[in-house]
Amino acid sequence: MTARIERPLSPHLQTYRVTLTMALSIIHRATGIALYFGTLLFAWWLIAAASGPGAYANVQAFTGSIIGKLIVFGYTWSLLHHLCSGIRYFFWDLGYGFKANEREALTWGALIAGISLTVLVWIIAYTVGGGR
Amino acid sequence: MSAPRSMRTPLGRVRNLGSSHSGTTDFWRQRLTAVAMTLLIIPVIVIILMLIGRNQAGAAQILGSLPIAIILVLFIVASTWHMRIGMQIVIEDYVHNEKIKLASVMANNFFCIAVALASIYAILKLSSGV
Repeated sequence: MTARIERPLSPHLQTYRVTLTMALSIIHRATGIALYFGTLLFAWWLIAAASGPGAYANVQAFTGSIIGKLIVFGYTWSLLHHLCSGIRYFFWDLGYGFKANEREALTWGALIAGISLTVLVWIIAYTVGGGR
Repeated sequence: MSAPRSMRTPLGRVRNLGSSHSGTTDFWRQRLTAVAMTLLIIPVIVIILMLIGRNQAGAAQILGSLPIAIILVLFIVASTWHMRIGMQIVIEDYVHNEKIKLASVMANNFFCIAVALASIYAILKLSSGV
C-alpha cells in the first residue's frame, strides 16, 4: 500500500462569504438537531398521557410555564421551518430550481413560510384552547 | 508513490471487494421518511391542536381512538428513522476520532430506538385503555 498522501483540504465555513442558501443550509441542520432532542418532549407528553392525570398535569405545568412555552414555540418553528426547508430539497433532488433567482426564491419562500405557519399554528392554538 | 505490490488494477480490486451496493440506502430512506412526514404533518398538527387545553382524561380519550393512534404511530416511525439518519450524518461530518464516532453512532441508534418504542408503547397503552 502507498503511504497516506497529504491531500489539500477544502476550506471551511469561515472562508466563505455568507449567502442566504448557505445560512439556510446551516439552519436546516440546526433545526434538525433541535428537533432530535425535542422528540424527548413529545415522548414525555405521550408517556404522561398514558401514565395518568398526575403525570399529565406535570407536562401541562411545564408547557404552560414561560420557559416551557418558549421551548414549545421554538419546537413548532423548528419543525415547520425544517419541513418547508426540506420541501426545497425535494425540488433540488428532482433537478429543478438551480438557477440563481430560483434558488433564492425557494429559500426565501421556505424561510417566510416556516415563520408564517408557526404564527398561524399558535394563533389557532390560542383561539382553540388559550395556549396549554 | 511506491510501486504497487499487486498486478491488479484499482478498478479490478473495487469490482471484487468493493461496493456493497447499499451506498444510497440512507439517502433513499431519508427522502422516503421525509415525504411520509410531509403527508402526515397536517393531520398530526390537527391532532395536537385538538388536545390543547384538555385534561388527561380528555387527551387519553382522543389519543386512544384508532385513526389518531395509527397516524401518530406512522409519524413516530418516520420521524425517528429520519432523525437517526440525520444525526448519523452530523456525527460522521464532525466526529473524526474513530472510537468516539463509533460510540456516538451507537448512542444515536439507542436514543432513536428508545424514543420510538417508548412513544409507540404509550400510544398502544392508551389504545388498549389499560
